[in-house]
Amino acid sequence: MNDMAPSREERIEGLKGLGSSRKRVEDARFTQGKGNYVDDIKLPGMLFGDFVRSPFAHARVKAINTEAAMSVPGVLAVLTAKDLEPLGLHWMPTLAGDKQMVLADGKVLFQGQEVAYVVATDRYAAADGCEAVEVEYEELPVVVDPFKALEDDAPVLREDLEGKMEGAHGPRKHHNHIFTWEAGEKEATEQVLGSAEVVAEEMVYYHRTHPCPLEPCGCVASMDKVNGKLTIWGTFQAPHAIRTVVSLISGIEEHNIRVISPDIGGGFGNKVGAYPGYICSAVASIVTGKPVKWIEDRMDNLMTTAFARDYWMKGKIAATKEGKITGLWCHTTADHGGFDACADPTKFPAGFMNICTGSYDIPTAYLAVDGVYTNKAPGGVAYRCSFRVTEAAYFIERMIEVLAIELGMDAAELRRINFIKKEQFPYQSALGWEYDSGDYHTAWDKALDAVGYDELRKEQAERVEAFKRGETRKLLGIGLTHFTEIVGAGPVKNCDILGLGMFDSCEIRIHPTGSAIARLGTISQGQGHATTFAQILASEIGLPADSITVEEGDTDTAPYGLGTYGSRSTPVAGAATAMAGRKIRAKAQMIAAYLLEVHDDDVEWDVDRFVVKGNPERFKTMKEIAFASYNQAIPGIEPGLEAVSYYDPPNMTYPFGAYICVMEIDVDTGTHEIRQFYALDDCGTRINPMIIEGQVHGGLTEALAIAMGQEIAYDEMGNVKTGTLMDFFIPTAWETPNYTTDYTTTPSPHHPIGAKGVGESPNVGGVPAFSNAVHDAFRAFGLRQSHMPHDHWRIWKIANSLGLHG
Amino acid sequence: MIPASFEYHRPADISAALAILDEYGDDARVIAGGHSLIPMMKLRMADIEHLIDLQDIGELKGIFVEGTKVTIGAMATQHELIDNGDIARVAPILHEAALQIADPQVRYMGTVGGNVANGDPGNDMPGLMQCLGATFHLVGSGGTRDVAARDYYEAAYMTDREDDEILTAISFNAPEGGFAYEKQKRKIGDYATAACAAIVKIDGGICTAASIAMTNLSDTPIFSAEAGAALEGTACDATAIDAAVAAATGAIDPTEDNRGPVDFKMHVAGTIIRRAIERAVSRA
Repeated sequence: MNDMAPSREERIEGLKGLGSSRKRVEDARFTQGKGNYVDDIKLPGMLFGDFVRSPFAHARVKAINTEAAMSVPGVLAVLTAKDLEPLGLHWMPTLAGDKQMVLADGKVLFQGQEVAYVVATDRYAAADGCEAVEVEYEELPVVVDPFKALEDDAPVLREDLEGKMEGAHGPRKHHNHIFTWEAGEKEATEQVLGSAEVVAEEMVYYHRTHPCPLEPCGCVASMDKVNGKLTIWGTFQAPHAIRTVVSLISGIEEHNIRVISPDIGGGFGNKVGAYPGYICSAVASIVTGKPVKWIEDRMDNLMTTAFARDYWMKGKIAATKEGKITGLWCHTTADHGGFDACADPTKFPAGFMNICTGSYDIPTAYLAVDGVYTNKAPGGVAYRCSFRVTEAAYFIERMIEVLAIELGMDAAELRRINFIKKEQFPYQSALGWEYDSGDYHTAWDKALDAVGYDELRKEQAERVEAFKRGETRKLLGIGLTHFTEIVGAGPVKNCDILGLGMFDSCEIRIHPTGSAIARLGTISQGQGHATTFAQILASEIGLPADSITVEEGDTDTAPYGLGTYGSRSTPVAGAATAMAGRKIRAKAQMIAAYLLEVHDDDVEWDVDRFVVKGNPERFKTMKEIAFASYNQAIPGIEPGLEAVSYYDPPNMTYPFGAYICVMEIDVDTGTHEIRQFYALDDCGTRINPMIIEGQVHGGLTEALAIAMGQEIAYDEMGNVKTGTLMDFFIPTAWETPNYTTDYTTTPSPHHPIGAKGVGESPNVGGVPAFSNAVHDAFRAFGLRQSHMPHDHWRIWKIANSLGLHG
Repeated sequence: MIPASFEYHRPADISAALAILDEYGDDARVIAGGHSLIPMMKLRMADIEHLIDLQDIGELKGIFVEGTKVTIGAMATQHELIDNGDIARVAPILHEAALQIADPQVRYMGTVGGNVANGDPGNDMPGLMQCLGATFHLVGSGGTRDVAARDYYEAAYMTDREDDEILTAISFNAPEGGFAYEKQKRKIGDYATAACAAIVKIDGGICTAASIAMTNLSDTPIFSAEAGAALEGTACDATAIDAAVAAATGAIDPTEDNRGPVDFKMHVAGTIIRRAIERAVSRA
């Protein structure tokens, strides 16, 4: 063999495949300001749309006078529900089986709701036009509390549903009730609770917040009246599903609709759903024959497009005196706002909330969720988590802490004795899931060792004594979390959105000279798909990742897929990529055998080539095979080298992790300082460790925001109190602590490369870690439960209510 | 987030600016760094037909330190204040406070004059200028006049400045003694939950002068002469500091907002005032 030839290790390294901390190929354009976002799209003759929005949370719309607006220079049209009604577009279906007003049809149900759509030659004229539209409102009683919404005499919010007691998810039991969803065994769980040695009970509220991506939502709709084709560029996390929805509600055939997601500046769930802005822009373009752009401003985004969380979770957890958990009961009251626009798989109106048994072997459990209408914005999306998984993780991780208090036990030890054991996987949970793989004890011990857990507890005890002696005004909290996610929706047999199975796809073309393009049904919003999917493919087909272009987001060119959210891209589209790569390799094997003049079975794969078994000097590289596929007439084999895979995952994946937060709290000011944050993630096979670390840093910082201050708060009149970034907390580098990241690797047994997904783990696990640290700091003084967000005044209130201010 | 249309004026000197103010009266407003006014215009809470941009007026710029006399042009930015070595030397409390205002991007644009003139109770400079005993210099078509910072603020966004007047400069004598600007805020860029400026002079173990002022704890900045008096003549021991804190908190009237309820703010104010005084004493 030629001594100059690269070694096997060098060949592996040169591919920059799985495990390589390859730099993100996207960043060259992003860091130079050369990204192409929807607001960068400028088309000749483009018009601008803007909304007149309701100042009231609940009101009847008595009249809309558009005369003055039409006289504003540059204003071309003002659309109201009356204009959309003949097209059947004044309401639109939601992803949750409900319907939502596109423009106010007789009444408004939340502050900021879209009332009229002004189309003008530029966005300044559109804003002036909005100002000039006169709307006559008659205020109605407002309900912002979901429990009050279910009282007998609560005002009827959804008059369109009056008398309709069968909803999209079964019977409705009240005029403001949406659905009841149950999992597990009610009676058996109640029996366990009734006879348990210890039962801890608590209401755990996960407050309403918002994904608040850096780039708000927007679109450009362009109807070409010559060829009848409607093109929509937009901030879509699921471009193919959007195309299907647009076709279904507009009647335009799907081949005449092209949806393009250009660069997207963060989504976090906010850009999954369909919004009135998309519909109105499309209608305006069809009517005017000109492209129409609509871009939210920050207040529009925070106040009207999809919120997250707002779950009131009443829990009961039963255990033996020794701390072995015997049962879990949860009743959730879910505040969905004025319309049910949650983005969940159809059969799961409360998402995967039934993952709420967490990392623990809980033999008996029951969950019920009641969805409720209130005078708040619709949404209920999975903000950097799989559907309602962060709510579930927060619930169980709080209940574990409360149980530890009830038992007088150390919370780390309580977790340890209840973890599902390594040998129990695949594990069937009491609420219906089959956990694919896990090794929780190993991760937990590694985490506790890393932070010096026993020493921390000693220090904490000394701090409490020092505090009691008046030597310090700071307390120390140790926030523990062991979370288990359920991601990668999902198997078509039980996961669909609007009837569309939640598979995903990859189509690969190998070019003659040995480079490739891969197109996927997903769409990156910052995750780095162009980097990581090329890595998956590089390892599968032996061409360098640098020679592989990854393209997503154009429905005319990409294969159909359900998009990117719920950490589904790697588990589903990543699997499709590996499977399509394997199809390429299977054909390449036949070509190689032909070229090497041996039988197909006599060659074997080695990094980037097929070699003749037992004769490693005889081989054909993938690059050579690629060229041969285009220039050789091979009997029985079609020319070219392409493959497509539509992957229907056999199961979800179950990433997990152990997070520990050490926090100092000033009881006089309610301020905090995070002294240490350790995050161990097990996401199965690691594709790009650098990107994983970046994902974990970003997700933890969102978790910090949510736990420590971020909220969408309403006053009793339904006014949004946190509609700007002055009051809606987004941490800067200043507020963000240092993170220590770590990992274990427990591959998914059913995923082609063993990967599980990681983008959302830090949000899911981070929130309980931060929140538990706050609670833990006050445990010695009797705190059991205090609702997030833990901003300064709420922490101060805890200290005050515990008598710590003397 | 798009303002109504307006006429934009950019005079080159003060007299031209005053002429425009005189011509348009209530329909005109001057703009310095714009960090208060532009958001109000974008939210369409302020509808201004004639905006007079002061940035080309050289007479309003510059920071001058002559001996103990400090004069800051109204259009000096917070960044220039932080960057000025003389200020850091003769009035380090200004340096310390300016670093706690907003973030670097805002400080490149935000001006000292705009910060003090607008009467926003959330702004940091008004309380600080009261603590320093500064004088504000105003000019109108009727001539110039001086107003003490401690007399300037009447209510939120209501000041002694007449609509046809422009604030041109701020002056004060370099403070003596220990100092501190203590500020609690929710995050970078936020207004204070509670903030306190303290200057304490100690000679031979006895406090000879003390000045205490507070930010965002009432609808105006609050200067508490009583708090200063509680320290003067004492050794600034625990009893004296308790008395000063009690006097200062007795002078404030915070309101509930997203930063928290009144009882929280009162308690935090007490803590922040105490920390400011203790730090100033430690440096005296």
